[in-house]
Amino acid sequence: MEMRILGRLTADALPFYSWVAVGGAVVTVLGFLTVVGVITWLGKWRYLWNEWLTSLDHKRIGIMYVVVALVMLLRGFVDAIMMRAQQAFALNSDGYLPPEHFDQIFSSHGTIMIFFMAMPFLTGLINIIVPQQIGARDVAFPFMNSVSLWLTAAGASLVLVSLVIGRFSTAGWSGYPPYSGAEYNPGVGVDYWIWAIQASGIGTTLSGINFIVTILKRRAPGMRLMRMPLFCWTALASSILMIFAFPALTVATATLALDRIFGMHFFTNAEGGNMMNYTNLFWIWGHPEVYILILPAFGIYSEVVANFSAKRLFGYTSLVYATMTIALLSFTVWLHHFFTMGASANVNAFFGIATMVIAVPTGVKVFDWLMTMFRGRITFHPSMLWTLGFIVTFVIGGMTGVLLALPPVNYLVHNSTFLVAHFHNMLIPGALFGYFAGYMYWFPKAFGFTLEARWGKRAFWCWIIGFYLAFMPLYVLGFMGMARRTEHYDIAAWQPLLIVAALGALVVLAGITSLVIQLITSIRNRDNARDLTGDPWDGRTLEWLTASPPAPYNFAILPQVWDIDAFHDMKRRSVAYARPERYEDILLPKNSGAGVVLGGLAFTFGFAVVWHIWWAAIAALIAILGTAVARSFRDRTEFRLPAGEVKEIEDRRLRDLAKGGAI
Amino acid sequence: MSLAGEDTALLPEADAYEQRAFGFWLYLMSDAIIFALLFATYLVMAGNTAGGPAGSDLFSLPHTLGETLLLLTSSLTFGLASVAMDAGRRPQLLAWLAVTFVLGLGFVAMEIREFHGMIIQGAGPDRSGFLSAFFTLVGTHGLHVSAGLVFILVMITQVIAKELSQPVSSRLLRLGLFWHFLDIVWIGIFSAVYLPGIL
Repeated sequence: MEMRILGRLTADALPFYSWVAVGGAVVTVLGFLTVVGVITWLGKWRYLWNEWLTSLDHKRIGIMYVVVALVMLLRGFVDAIMMRAQQAFALNSDGYLPPEHFDQIFSSHGTIMIFFMAMPFLTGLINIIVPQQIGARDVAFPFMNSVSLWLTAAGASLVLVSLVIGRFSTAGWSGYPPYSGAEYNPGVGVDYWIWAIQASGIGTTLSGINFIVTILKRRAPGMRLMRMPLFCWTALASSILMIFAFPALTVATATLALDRIFGMHFFTNAEGGNMMNYTNLFWIWGHPEVYILILPAFGIYSEVVANFSAKRLFGYTSLVYATMTIALLSFTVWLHHFFTMGASANVNAFFGIATMVIAVPTGVKVFDWLMTMFRGRITFHPSMLWTLGFIVTFVIGGMTGVLLALPPVNYLVHNSTFLVAHFHNMLIPGALFGYFAGYMYWFPKAFGFTLEARWGKRAFWCWIIGFYLAFMPLYVLGFMGMARRTEHYDIAAWQPLLIVAALGALVVLAGITSLVIQLITSIRNRDNARDLTGDPWDGRTLEWLTASPPAPYNFAILPQVWDIDAFHDMKRRSVAYARPERYEDILLPKNSGAGVVLGGLAFTFGFAVVWHIWWAAIAALIAILGTAVARSFRDRTEFRLPAGEVKEIEDRRLRDLAKGGAI
Repeated sequence: MSLAGEDTALLPEADAYEQRAFGFWLYLMSDAIIFALLFATYLVMAGNTAGGPAGSDLFSLPHTLGETLLLLTSSLTFGLASVAMDAGRRPQLLAWLAVTFVLGLGFVAMEIREFHGMIIQGAGPDRSGFLSAFFTLVGTHGLHVSAGLVFILVMITQVIAKELSQPVSSRLLRLGLFWHFLDIVWIGIFSAVYLPGIL
């Protein structure tokens, strides 16, 4: 075979196979050029580089994670509305999308929403909030934190680039072989998918390590484990799942890549391959992943419900135990994703029962949240609306989940839109609504002004109504026998329900628009919505003790904790804003561009492997190793903020507190 | 420590080194899961020879014994390096690290020889599911050992350039954890791959 300098990359990689694909590519390129142009026009490159891209401050890294998540939410939602439109029209016709393109869209929708929307969103929120809630000045490994962020960004970039150069996978977000193998899928799509999630998966594993060490080793004096806010507990559970579950995804996708590149036989039809092994490996990661996404949202709901009921969280201990029980059980149920594999009835029964058992600790949580509200003084802040909407909707999804956990029922509805409805019913209220609740609750902490409530409530109502319209019909369609991922169909009875579902997607679009309007109007009116005290909602936990936005070191003096609601307790004893006799120097992590460089190299490596540009892949690997080694020679990675400057910042803070009426 | 006062003060606080060690343990646990899944995959596929050669046709006990001796001895010599480090004896530390490096290099060389021999007789990783799983499991371990060799070289350089400061000795501690971990994984490979393949 002739060696080519650019591997299999040729002009054919441009997306001229359908006008919709060309449109997607043009929008992507224009979006990228617009962002670059605006930053250049404003002359903000230096600011962006020094203050954000190279920052190792956990709050800034967290904000960048959330920005990635929101951008990718838009991209993933465009995919969703395109699928809904296709299915609404495709009765006895081909619709407007060719099958191959439709398949790319459902694959990228799932991949983006899980890996590049939900994961960065929750990682961002944990990054911003958890160190503050435990009374710490940063995460344990600030540089590794930046590496995690840029690996995630590298993965997201690979997905976006696949819109313009080449194609994305058509094998669904789970990439089952043998269809995702080289024999049936020789193009670059599956490779883009593999290397995008490989890069972000390594970033996630590093994040998990970082958060566990932070939570277990960096708590303020007196912050015993059983005094940690629930969000810290769920972040801990999620992080433990990350380091134990993500290796399975790494192995599954790496071996699939070996099959594709080196012609190995892990999952092929012939030569001793075993494709069900992939399915096992994938879901050994995949089921815990569901809880990685959902548990932090449970934590957010716990914070929000206590705060806006003006009450201590009901059943704190039971919530902690329920969280950890769910984390443990999440490793015992993976086979319920493929009951139809043909394992024996006893095996299926075991996994079915284990699945139903998870409903018990989850039920405990629902009752705890209800009891927290009972006789509370409830404020209907938008975050509280997301929480209420979650409780009602999630219970419905939980019940369809118990149905699916019954192997005989599962045989009937597997691979149908009933399943699609079920997991959207878990993940939209169970994860995304929680992240939105956290976004609106903690926004003032990150930026120093509150989000406007009216558009927040409108966003909530559009999302929840849109959700029911979009997904309840899919339950019915599943019973009517409609398979998931159907590109066109000839059963007239399906169409009305699919049109309702498409209308639901439009209502969700109104919800997303409301979120954008909320952000824009809040930025415009920020001077009237300043959060001078750092405590806009009469908070109960330590993140509300810091300024909004917090000083780089969060706490000038590490707080002493005596109670579960540490900050509430400090306010009650009037010691919250006590001024220390003197301040001390504080060590803070120096900025580093190495994280950005490593992310860029990871992107280069992924892109080179996708297109079989081997020299570039090897060069990128060597450069990654070189960067890591060079970084390992640096011993002094911190700088000293002198006590005088700390005092200045704190004096300004005390003036703001007085202006805000807190002292 | 030989660092000047102001510089020393900018080193991370003492807890930070303990936290790095803990974080490294967590990384090793995560890595152990990768190996566990590769082991499980190998055991599932060990019989899938697809008409090609089986373990008994390919493995050689003396060769594997040689590899095992090299790697286990390198763990011992790394232990001696750690003792020298704790005693603050820099020349001995460097000598033991160098011996460990040579032994590790010998292990990798023997493994490459074994793989090369198998590939030229038509028993490469693309021959059957069994061989894919074999090459991937043993090769992943070999890649880890190679990364460990690079890590040893880096640390030899750092010990020469920076003396035994706290950051350097904390890195050596983590390198030790890594190196001994690979030994344990090798014992698993020896017991789960080579022995059943030959016996």
